Amino acid sequence: MDWFYELWPKLGEAFRGWLESALPDSIEGWVIYLVLGLLSMLVIVNLPIVGVMAMIYMERRLLGRFQNRLGPNRVGPFGILQPVADAIKIMTKEDIVPNGVDRIVFNIAPIVMLTPILLMFAVIPYGGDTFLTNLNVGILFIVAITAVDTIAIFMAGWSSNNKYALFGAMRAVAQLVSYEIPLLIAILGVVVITGTMNLNEIVAHQSSLPLILFQPLGFVIFFVAISAELNRSPFDLLEADSEIIAGFHTEYSGMKFGMFQLAEFAALMGYSAVIATLYLSGWEGPGLPGYLWLFVKVFFIFGIFVWTRATLPRLRIDQVMALAWKFLLPLSFLNVAITAVEVVVWENGLPEWLIPVNIVIGAGLVAIMHRGLNFQGQTRQVVPSGPERLAAINRPVGGGTE
Amino acid sequence: MPEQYSLEYTAVLIITIAGIGMVLAAFFASMILAPRSKSEAKQIPYECGIPPTGQFWAQLHLRYYIFAILFLIFDIEAIFLFPWAIIFRSSGAVIFYEMVLFIAILFFGLVYSWKKGALRWR
Repeated sequence: MDWFYELWPKLGEAFRGWLESALPDSIEGWVIYLVLGLLSMLVIVNLPIVGVMAMIYMERRLLGRFQNRLGPNRVGPFGILQPVADAIKIMTKEDIVPNGVDRIVFNIAPIVMLTPILLMFAVIPYGGDTFLTNLNVGILFIVAITAVDTIAIFMAGWSSNNKYALFGAMRAVAQLVSYEIPLLIAILGVVVITGTMNLNEIVAHQSSLPLILFQPLGFVIFFVAISAELNRSPFDLLEADSEIIAGFHTEYSGMKFGMFQLAEFAALMGYSAVIATLYLSGWEGPGLPGYLWLFVKVFFIFGIFVWTRATLPRLRIDQVMALAWKFLLPLSFLNVAITAVEVVVWENGLPEWLIPVNIVIGAGLVAIMHRGLNFQGQTRQVVPSGPERLAAINRPVGGGTE
Repeated sequence: MPEQYSLEYTAVLIITIAGIGMVLAAFFASMILAPRSKSEAKQIPYECGIPPTGQFWAQLHLRYYIFAILFLIFDIEAIFLFPWAIIFRSSGAVIFYEMVLFIAILFFGLVYSWKKGALRWR
């Protein structure tokens, strides 16, 4: 198996040697580093695209299986070329810009949407020394840079000159902004334990045991908050087509629409990698090289996302907001408090018997806080009769304004 | 150390430029490949296939602003919490209890807005 570990470094070395011998002596050494840097940049930028194609195929096949049908199976063997066909189709579709849109903002929005997602892949470590840049505020950088997507969504909805796009954008901003805080505070639990925000050091900290064992509650909060941040079902109500057509990208077509789809799936892939890095010990694993372990974990987490999508129905907007503010936010505060106390009490690393204790505490807190949500009381309604019933039918739902 | 920082953030800058370039290249490719035919009907904003009614500038509910203000408060709190999470082990008990007090005040704020009904989506 040694050749397998050594493959990529050896290829890199061979390529560098070839470049050095092929270029004339008059060219200085920095050119080689420039070429190598541009190549690694190309890899980082293309990685999400290839990954997204695999993920779209996997999601459609898995959803098909969950819904007791086959899924795409016509294009290529087992339908494996279906995402390629989709990409070609989307590229050859007409790009319609409707009347009255704010053209500058309308065209910039897809760029603002996709570029921060690509930056995520520059920070994530793919192996012990395989990363593009090693920021010491890594995880905070990822959360900060992906928050720019909220602005992109609002730009798209606002500039579209379409009231459904505007409603969708407002819903999206309210939802993304609400789930940002439980997300950040769940990450804080990891930072308290490891004492660093550098992703490489966080992975190094998990070389013996993955942090999900010490942060079961934090993992659940993070997973739910991420599903909402990425507009995955059951939180996909900003794309609730029966209410607001397609949400903020109603007016987008052709390649611009494709960019929004690409950004959505690339964010899913990036955040799956972040979950793997924070809670499932990242690229660490026996037998295989680091980047392969990371991708195995990414696709495992993505499978869980597809599973939740196939299982849970869409929530109402008041339920979504209540879940963020009344359930996840207090839970994440309690999680940080418990973690900080544990770290202060056991200064030289957490003992292993804390693992079952933490799981029991987490399950207990979820069971207690769950009662505060009180979804049952909100959905149970007494059906009136006579003139009251008529008045209730005629009353506009939600007060008439969005 | 400063040189290392600038090197690390140069990579971030380069990826940003590459990302913008990638999107622009995709737009360029679709400009070449995609057909173009303008028509009046296509330019109408989409509303379920019927002619659009009313203003495009719809009124928005006030509740969005309440959540925006709450978000600002708690997001700034999170920014204060991250440096604390890194240093509190080595900096003694006072720092730890100060932050406990800070979190407690904000948690009280959350409970207050909950009881006042600000968190209800009406």
